[in-house]
Order: sequence, then C-alpha cells, then structure tokens
Amino acid sequence: MDDLPAPQSEVTRPAAGGAPAAVEIHDLNLVFDAADAPVRALSEVNLTVGKGDFVSLIGPSGCGKTTLLRVIADLEHATSGTVLVNGVTPEAARLARAYGYVFQAPALYAWRTVLRNITLPLEIMGLPRDERLQRARRVLELVNLTGFERKFPWQLSGGMQQRVSIARALSFDPALLLMDEPFGALDEIIRDHLNEQLLRLWQRTGKTVVFVTHSIPEAVFLSTRIVVMSPRPGRIIDVIDSRLPPDRTLDIRESAEFAEIAHRVRAGLRAGHSYDDG
Amino acid sequence: MTRRHDAVLIAAIVAAFALVSLGGEAFDAIGLASWFLMIVLVSMSILHPLAATYAAVVALAAAASGAVALALVLRSGAHGAIGLSLGAFATSCVMWRALERLSSLSRTGGWLVLAVPLFFGVWLIYLWELVTVGFAIPSVLLPPPSQIAGVLASSLGVLGEDFVQTFIRSMIPGYVIGCGAGFLVGVLVDRVPFLQRGLLPVGNLVSALPIVGIAPIMVMWFGFDWPSKAAVVVIMTFFPMLVNTIAGLAALGRIERDLMRTYAASYRQTLLSARLPAALPFIFNALKLNSTLALIGAIVAEFFGTPIVGMGFRISASVGRMDIPLVWATITVAAVAGSAAYGAVALVERSLTFWHPSFRKAS
Amino acid sequence: MMMDETIGTAPARSSRRRTRREGSVLPVLAVVLALIVIWYGGAVWLNAASVLDRYERAGRQGWSTSELLADTMSMERPVLPAPHQVLSELQRTVVDVPVTSRRSLVYHGWVTVSSALLGFVFGTLLGIVLAVGIVHIRTLERSLMPWIIASQTIPILAIAPMIIVVLGSLGFVGLVPKAIISAYLCFFPVTIGMVKGLSSPDPMHLDLVRTYNATTAQIFWKLRWPSSLAFLFASLKVAVALAMVGAIVGELPTGAQAGLGARLLSGSYYGQTVQIWAALIVAAVLAGLCVGAVGLAERVTLYRMGGRA
Repeated sequence: MDDLPAPQSEVTRPAAGGAPAAVEIHDLNLVFDAADAPVRALSEVNLTVGKGDFVSLIGPSGCGKTTLLRVIADLEHATSGTVLVNGVTPEAARLARAYGYVFQAPALYAWRTVLRNITLPLEIMGLPRDERLQRARRVLELVNLTGFERKFPWQLSGGMQQRVSIARALSFDPALLLMDEPFGALDEIIRDHLNEQLLRLWQRTGKTVVFVTHSIPEAVFLSTRIVVMSPRPGRIIDVIDSRLPPDRTLDIRESAEFAEIAHRVRAGLRAGHSYDDG
Repeated sequence: MTRRHDAVLIAAIVAAFALVSLGGEAFDAIGLASWFLMIVLVSMSILHPLAATYAAVVALAAAASGAVALALVLRSGAHGAIGLSLGAFATSCVMWRALERLSSLSRTGGWLVLAVPLFFGVWLIYLWELVTVGFAIPSVLLPPPSQIAGVLASSLGVLGEDFVQTFIRSMIPGYVIGCGAGFLVGVLVDRVPFLQRGLLPVGNLVSALPIVGIAPIMVMWFGFDWPSKAAVVVIMTFFPMLVNTIAGLAALGRIERDLMRTYAASYRQTLLSARLPAALPFIFNALKLNSTLALIGAIVAEFFGTPIVGMGFRISASVGRMDIPLVWATITVAAVAGSAAYGAVALVERSLTFWHPSFRKAS
Repeated sequence: MMMDETIGTAPARSSRRRTRREGSVLPVLAVVLALIVIWYGGAVWLNAASVLDRYERAGRQGWSTSELLADTMSMERPVLPAPHQVLSELQRTVVDVPVTSRRSLVYHGWVTVSSALLGFVFGTLLGIVLAVGIVHIRTLERSLMPWIIASQTIPILAIAPMIIVVLGSLGFVGLVPKAIISAYLCFFPVTIGMVKGLSSPDPMHLDLVRTYNATTAQIFWKLRWPSSLAFLFASLKVAVALAMVGAIVGELPTGAQAGLGARLLSGSYYGQTVQIWAALIVAAVLAGLCVGAVGLAERVTLYRMGGRA
C-alpha cells in the first residue's frame, strides 16, 4: 500500500501538542429530538485519538458509541462542541475522503462482483481503471481473499463478505479507519479468526482505527486504548491505555495482564450502570 | 395419503366400467382396446405401486389411452350425456393422478417444472374439445378448439394485419413512450421530495382509474387511426411506471446511502451506481405490468372507433356478426402476443436483476 | 440489505403512514392545483384553433385576448373542456337532477357500480378459494399457477363484448354479464395476493404450531388467514378498481343504455366532449371512493388486530 500515492492529498495540521492527532473531540454534545422528550445521545465528550492508535469504544446499547463514530464520519451533526479529523472539520475530512467506514452489515452491492465492489469508491474518486484494479487486487490479498474476485457477495459467507467490506474501506488508502461493530453479526469462532486478521492488518498498514464494539475480549485484544462509555446520557466513563505485546496471538486472552485490563473495563461499565436493569 | 390417491383411481375404474356397461357398443375395436388398456394400467398402479418415475409414466400412458378411446368414440359420432360425463370423469381422475406424480417429481426442478402446467393445459384443451363436441354445444356459445384452429389458419392474412395495426403500430410506440416518460419524470422528480410526496398518491389514484375511458377523447384529439390508440397506451402505462420508479429510487437501504456519503459521492454518482440498480426490481415490476396493460389498452381503445383493421375492431365486428370462432381466433393471437411480450420483459429482467433475492435459489 | 418488496404486492408499512400522510397533504394539493392550472392552459391552447376558425367564418376582424380566452373556455363542443365547464355539467347531471332520472349521472353511476361490486364479490370469493386450494394442494399449485399468471396476458377486456353478446343470446342481460367480466378481472390480484399471504407465515411459526399437533384447518384459521389479511387488502384495492373498469367496458359493446360506459360511448358518438369528461370524472370519483372504502376497512381490521394505525 505504501508505494501508491493516496488518491487525495491528506489535509493535516499538527495539534497543539506537536504530534498530529488523528481525531480531536472537545466538549461534544449531541441531543436528538425524539417523539416524547429530547435524548442526550452524547454529553460532554472529550477524546483525543493519536495517529496509529487503535481505539475501541465499548459500552452497552444506547451509550452513544455508534453516534460518536458517526459524528466523526460526518454522518451526524453535533449540537455543540468541536470535532477535528486530521485537523479539519468532519465535513472537510469526508470530502477529502480521509477515512474509510466499515458498517455493521457488509453493505455490498449484490449486482457487483467482489472486485467491482472494492473498486466502487475508486470509481467515485475518478481513478483510472488500471490503478483501480491494481489497488483492489492488493487489498484483496491483504484480507486473504485472492481468488474471489469474480464471485458475487451472495456467494460468500458472512465473514468473507465482511472482509470484502474491510478491503473496500482500505482500497483508497485512508489514514483513518472507522469501524462500527464489524464482526457483531458473526459467530464467535469466525470472530476470533477475524480479530486476529484485523490485528495483523493494522500492524502491517499502520492506520489509525476507531472501533466500536460491545465485546470486552475483542476490545481488549485489539486496542491500544479502550474508551468505556455508558448510557443516559451517553458519556465517557473511563479511558484505559493498554500495552499488550505487539506479537500477541489469541492465547493472550488467558494471561493475567489481559484479565486485569478486562477487569478494569468491567469496573468502568459497572460504574456507568451498564449492568443495571432497564 | 396413499389411500386418498387410490380412492381417486378406484373412482376412475368404477366410472370406466360403468361407461363400458352403459355404452359399450359405441366403442369400436381400437377404442375399446385403448379403454381397457387404461383400466389395466390403473389397476396395476393400485395393486403394484412403482417407483416415482415409472408411476408417472404409467399414469400418463393410462390417461393418454383413455383420451384416445374417448376421442375415437366422439369421432364415430356417438352422443350421450351420461356416457360422456363418465368418460370425462374417469380420464380426468387418471390425469389428475398423473399430474400429482409429475409434480412430486418436479421438486428437483429442471424441465419437469414446465411439464406439469403444460400437461395440465393440454388436458384442459382436450376436455374443452370433448365437452363442446360431445355435448354439441353451439359454436356461437363456445366453439371447440379444432374449429378455432381452423379459423385461425384460414384467416392468417386478416389476423396478421390486425396484429400489425394493434400490436406494432399502437401498442409498442405507446408502451415505449409511456414507460420512458414515466421513468424520466420519476428520476426528475427524485430531486424534489415535495413533488414526490404529491405525485405518489396522485399517481396511485390515477393508475386505479378506468383510463380506457379517455379513448374517445383521444380519438377526438388524434384521429381515428393508431395515434389515438397509442396515446391511450401512453397514459395507461405512464402512471404505474412513475409510481414504481419513485418507489424504486427510495428502495436503497440506509446503510448503503451512508456508504455513498462517506465516499463524498455526487448525486449523479449515487444515482447511477447505487440507486438505479437497486430500483431495477421495481422498474421491471412496472414494465411487466405495463406489457399487459398496454395490449389491453390498445385493443379496448379500438372499441371506440378505428379504421377497419385492428384486433379490437376485429373482435367487435365479429361479435356484431356473431362470428364467435373468429373472435376466439383473435383472442388467441392476442394471448400469444401478450404472453410473448411479457415473457420477453421477464427474460430481460432475469438477466439484469439476477442478483435479486427472488431469483436466487440459495436464499 | 435491501427491501425486496415491490409495489402492489406487499402491504403498506403502516407505522410510517402517519408521518407520511402528514407530510403529503400539502404536496398533493400543490400537485392537484398545478394540474388544474395546466388543464386550463391546455383547454385554451387546444380550443384556440377552432375559436379562431369560428371568428374567421363570422368575419370578425379584431379580437382581444380576453375575448379569445373567454370563448375558448365556453365552447359548446370543445376539444378540451375547461374545468368549470365540466363542473357545471356535473352540477347539471348530478345535483340538479333527481337521482332516479335517466339523465342523472348518479343513476348511471349506480348501474355501473352495482355490477362492479357484484363482480368484485364473486371475483374475490373465487380468488380466495383458488388461493386456499393452491396453498394446500401442491399439484394444483404446480399445474394451475402458471396458467393463472398467463391468464393475465389474455386481454380479457378484449373479449368483454363477446361475453356480453353470448350471454345476451342466452337471456342473461344487464347486471350479470358485466359482473362476470368484473369478476374475471378481480380474481387474479386476489389470487396472487392471497397465495403470497397464505404462504407468508414464518417457517418458525409453522413448526411451532405443528408441535401443538394442530390440524390443517386450525393452522389455516389461526395462522395463515390472519397473516394473509394485509396482503388481502392490498389486492382488494387493486381488484375493486379493476372491477370498475370491467363494468364500464362491459357496457360498451352492445350499446347499453344505462351506465357510465354507455354515457362515454354516447358522448363519443354525438361529439359531446363535456358529457364524456363528466362521466369520466364520476367514474374516477366512484373508483376512488371504492378504493377508499376498502382502505378504511383495512385500517379498521388491522387496528383491531393490533397493527399500528
């Protein structure tokens, strides 16, 4: 991926501290106008995501983690507060195609082959045909799906479809990856396998990843930082730095270090009343 | 299960014997032999059940020999309501059993799926011939298929001209213009949600109206000849196409739309690469519906006044002369043309929307 | 991923209906208003030629635009009558005339609607019976369904004249032949919709009910029938509109004296454009009312079944 230039020039501005932060969020508030009463989806959220970080947002349903991700992606608008992605507003970042988004569902187009699904963003960005095919084949290799170029999405399993979706997000080489519970619909065995693949992918490409999940082992396994959120109103309870060895495999989940971090996450969730009824 | 099937066959055998005892003299040698062949085959399948494929073949053979026997009886000129009813009942029971066998075989798919409705259709036509000839139904009321076929063959020239006038000159231009306009307006309106919300209910209402009623007005505006009929077809096909285009363009899921937003795709890019392909199932639904509406519109519009050519003219003129077999011949031509048009659209649909869940056996 | 519903088959999404209706009153009014304006414009444009013709033949030298406009909108036999002309004709034949008179469009409308509704009832019953048979007897499904679908490619309206004449020669006149045509048009959407509806229950539900050792009849009344109601009403709306069309077309061939189709035909014979338009409007209103009545019945039924109205 490194020898091909990024399709759009990345707009960056160093943050105040010197090293440029990928995402900076200050005092973010988001209020939805619902039928009966306004809902405070996000309340006074402050977060900084450094370049190359793998940050997980974890919490129960309704804690605002997906909303936060969508604000970063300019798919939702904040009521108040500032959000900077690569030093510019989310909208400018979106127009500059600064991030790749992976949804909960693969969201592949049934009428396009795997290869053409991956070249979809590249077509929209106006890349020439040869470059599109070259990039697409390269990311397919990254997700270990070489040989499936001419298949249609409905001929693939759920896990493979999701891998194609990830490949598609990588095809235009954005520095930032936003992933919204990408493995939530898959069974645990496939999920473990894909977690390992995603970890290697991240290490190999050096991207910044913001990852929404509600699986504690997944968050602890993958992340450099874990952001624990809680609902009503949606807010950050705790931010945990995790320094697990980079060459880790799935076996690390049985280690004491892992258990300690997981315990801290659970404590945060309990403090945020995530385990309460109703 | 087996008992019910056997009951059907036993009823057939009883009826068969009853026929022989009542009207055995009406059978000639070959006919009697065929009839007994049927009885023998049916008894065999009750007493000695066979594997599925063989059983189906045996049942079909039995029904065929019964049918041949009855046909021969009719040809020799015999009449008799009771006898004919018994005969028709017996052979129909056997045929039903054959269809049952075939349809359980056709679960595996393939050409057998077509065989069942095909045999059913052939059987219906046979019964039609049997009843109309055997009961001497006046041809003014319901002509036998053989007579219709004869009239069809002898009037090919006239019917051909009618076909050209109605199908080629009135229906096709009207269909193309109506569907095209409906599609274009649907796409244009897509950018204006206000117009969409207004047009959708109005469009739904108008497609429910008896549009054929405007045929006399179109005759007044466009004259007697085919343009007025084409105009009726345009109006009939416009609204279903418009409504389905609007619905189809709204069909793309929310996640897919967000995806296009993350690519900062322009309106045109989103429309061409995502929303139009997703709208195709709806659009083809309208195209198929319109193919039947267009033919109906073209023919019925001709009831209101037309030069002396055209399928609608042929029908109303023949009805006036009580030449009912010619009416049926025209209807046959119209039915074949309509099915061919529908089939053509369905084939195109299959090739363009092969990816849709309704076409995939897996899901 | 995407809806695989298509228009005219699956039932409406009732939960979104209220918000959509609130947002659509104004746009619908705007569209209707725009259509009326276009109608007036069209009337002027299309009638202008014959008005100018008339001026020439009368030898008039000068004419003002307002005179031209006024004349185009008040012709005796216009190419396109202006809306107010149609309204006054409607007033004349609907309001000002006793309902039982032969000049009343209400009378003619009733003749048409009564045969349409009779045919609608027959066609619906036939459709439901066929659908029940098709869903429960596999042989019937395999042999009959393709022909039912093919039957729609036969332009039944085209053989309406024949049916009328043939039945007429047998002594059936008036209501019944038209009802038969309407019934033939109706049964198809009802059959297709009910087959879809009766086979719509989730396989999980069917399995559950089998663990209760339910009979086929019980499964039908407790599971299949309730699940099919939404589909039934969607088809009924299409069917009732088709029934109206069938009744009107059934009045065309024999030069029937009563009914909206007869009015359309006589208007076209005598060049009475305004009469044609008035009859069309009444037909449209009646068709709309019938569809609305079915829609009302649908909402009441679905509400009582716990659907979000």
